Amino acid sequence: MQELLKLSGIYKSFEGVRALKGVNITINKGEIHGLVGENGSGKSTLIKIISGFIQPDSGKIFFDGKEVSRLAAGETTSWGVQVIYQDLSLFPNLTVAENIAYNEMLEKRTAFTDWKEIERIARNAMAKIKIDIDLHRLTEELPIGTQQLVAICRALTSDIRLLILDEPTASLTKKDINNLLSVMKDLQSKGIAILFVSHKLNEIFDVAENITILRDGMSVGTFPSKSLTNDSLVELMTGKALNQTRMARQTNSSKVILEVRHFSKKNNFKDISFSLKAGEILGIIGLIGSGRTELACAIYGIAPPDSGELFIHGRPVKIRNVRDAVKEGIAYVPENRLVEGLIQKQSVMDNLNAAIIKSLSHGGYVPYQRRLDHASQWIDRLNIKVAHPLVAVQTLSGGNQQKVVLGKCLSTKPSVLILDSPTVGIDIMAKASIHEMIRNLAAQGIAVILISDEIPEITHNCDRILLMHAGKIRAELDASTIQASDLERMMAQY
Amino acid sequence: MLKKLFRQNETYLFLLIILLSILIGTRNPLFFTFENIAGFLKSYSMIGIMSVGTLFVLILGGTDVSFTAIAQVVEYAVVVLVMKFGGNIFIAFLEAAIIGTALGLLNGLIIYRFKVPIIIVTIATFNIYFGMLYVITKGKLINNIPQIFKDFGNILLFPQTSAIGGTYGLSLMPLIWLAALILGWFILKKTMMGRSIFAVGGNEIAAERIGINTFATKLFVFGFVGFLAGIAGVVHVAIVQSVVPNIIVGKELEVIAAVVIGGASIFGGRGTIFGTFLGVLLFAMLNNGLTLLRISSYWYSVTIGAIIIIAIIASAYQRLQRAKANIKVQIQD
Repeated sequence: MQELLKLSGIYKSFEGVRALKGVNITINKGEIHGLVGENGSGKSTLIKIISGFIQPDSGKIFFDGKEVSRLAAGETTSWGVQVIYQDLSLFPNLTVAENIAYNEMLEKRTAFTDWKEIERIARNAMAKIKIDIDLHRLTEELPIGTQQLVAICRALTSDIRLLILDEPTASLTKKDINNLLSVMKDLQSKGIAILFVSHKLNEIFDVAENITILRDGMSVGTFPSKSLTNDSLVELMTGKALNQTRMARQTNSSKVILEVRHFSKKNNFKDISFSLKAGEILGIIGLIGSGRTELACAIYGIAPPDSGELFIHGRPVKIRNVRDAVKEGIAYVPENRLVEGLIQKQSVMDNLNAAIIKSLSHGGYVPYQRRLDHASQWIDRLNIKVAHPLVAVQTLSGGNQQKVVLGKCLSTKPSVLILDSPTVGIDIMAKASIHEMIRNLAAQGIAVILISDEIPEITHNCDRILLMHAGKIRAELDASTIQASDLERMMAQY
Repeated sequence: MLKKLFRQNETYLFLLIILLSILIGTRNPLFFTFENIAGFLKSYSMIGIMSVGTLFVLILGGTDVSFTAIAQVVEYAVVVLVMKFGGNIFIAFLEAAIIGTALGLLNGLIIYRFKVPIIIVTIATFNIYFGMLYVITKGKLINNIPQIFKDFGNILLFPQTSAIGGTYGLSLMPLIWLAALILGWFILKKTMMGRSIFAVGGNEIAAERIGINTFATKLFVFGFVGFLAGIAGVVHVAIVQSVVPNIIVGKELEVIAAVVIGGASIFGGRGTIFGTFLGVLLFAMLNNGLTLLRISSYWYSVTIGAIIIIAIIASAYQRLQRAKANIKVQIQD
């Protein structure tokens, strides 16, 4: 194997904080190379250095066997290095053709646009991965999986030798992920090297030959993926052996808190019925498009169902909006906590108090001390890592932000807690601590609905599992007897 | 094809304009005369020229409010320059273009250098440009403007004699408006600079990552706005044939409203020259129609406000329909 890109002993500090402390990575020609590490381990910084966006403080870089003094943004592109960022960096208001061809047109440094040439470039790029997207559609009108392919096509317009994919599968459906992985293998067969960054270890194992692991800004090492198992990889990433076995739980309660009967909503879900006991964790597993999130929104009053009944403590209730749901003791943590659950620029304190600010006030006036006390209490209880309650939420890590959302919900003292994909994009240790928190809440008698498309998350934490697909519940399973592999097989049927 | 047509804002605007002209024309046949049409096109030329610049800024993702102050400063300065040093109308336009572009570039520099929202910077420079004009001129009117402006403003194509003995025809001013529209269309559609304006307006971070020079793009847009404002200033003095130093300022909201009604998004990345033209045309016809129908001109602002509201409701409704059409879950039995 010939080396394409080699970085050795890379150091980088930002304002005195060391982001990279001696990182080594070697990417061979035409290989798929996995890059893994927890949030804050230095993956993003490393990608920015390879793409030439920032310069390392020290270290050696070799490209194609030759030492290069520094990587500059334009220069790496001319060597054939392309990055596809997690946000895809597409222009939503431009057509597919223009998005794909923009790089190439820009490089030609012409003053005028040539629409025929733009279409030709776009067609050529799409032919390379054998896809066909309507060139005249606006990119914003496309589903996210298709947008991902547009971003890849854009990278393919130039003579590409190394493609860097930063968390490309984070918001894709299972089908789109499989499609993407096969596109990656196809590109590899054309001799293109790929650096693949992902939190989803099974995907890394699926396609990568070698895996480089970063921890706390240092490289733990590069290993052939065949020499690693899921558990050993996690241990190398976190530095700790993680106990991922199922938690034995006991729910003796027979008190039904919530009961849903024949919930239906056009284009969302059909004839959904289930009940939920105090202290129980009910898992709803299903992919994007199965109706799982829509069902949660219906129970919480964001988008009430067309028909069906809801009982709380055996009493029929009508939930027409979110306020009704809150009054009945239902709390909901949305899937996209960044957009829906938090006010990013406001402080941790204000976010934690947001749901119960009325109860803290004296006739409209909310004393500062009361706000601070209430927030501090939740910061302690949930072990949120924050320097001070007045720090803006956006500065927190994903896991800690998720805890703030949880704290906000729990402060309303709910009897039913609905969690939609609570650990998406969160690293392994934070994930484990959130799982523990969920189990503790259930142990205190809160009835929990845990929605997820991650099989281990569901099997490890839940008592009962509902399998959702295409708007209906397809199976009800006892979590204590089902094996993860069986559940996977059942899901694959659909 | 038809489906695409009905998704476009311009289609509805076009239908509205046809409907309105039939309404006005049947009530007062004078509306459809050459004299009348040439008249209202001429009086809206200045707004029409400035609307092209406003469209560019909206596509870039912001709102400029300082261009009327630039036009005002240029108008005054060019008239004074010609009074002092002489020169023909081409020299006057050249001076206008230089001063206007310079003031526009200054906006662009501040906006890029300090990364401040466009509207805030241009509110500030609006006040500085307009305030300085008053400080220096003490608000003095110029009634006796140089002959070259009068001559230029009085040129008529296809001159006709009216029933009462006067002459009328097509002024050059609407043609300058047309030239601005064509220039704007050419830049937006046919040049890489134009595409980069759309790109920056659509996703500025992506534009930077891909290697678009966002600084040059912003400078270009604000320079172009200043350039058009300068041209509009000369067009204005040629039409009204006197200089009143506070008569152009205050029109900026009307211009922005016309462009937004023409389909440009205030969130950036979207807008067309044709829509912008229709937006200004609608305003021109409304103003003219109300006069012809002998309705108080105060109704003009009320009507414009109402149309803006209707336009917003219509586009919100369209968005809702599109969201509904986007089926999230395919239910299988």
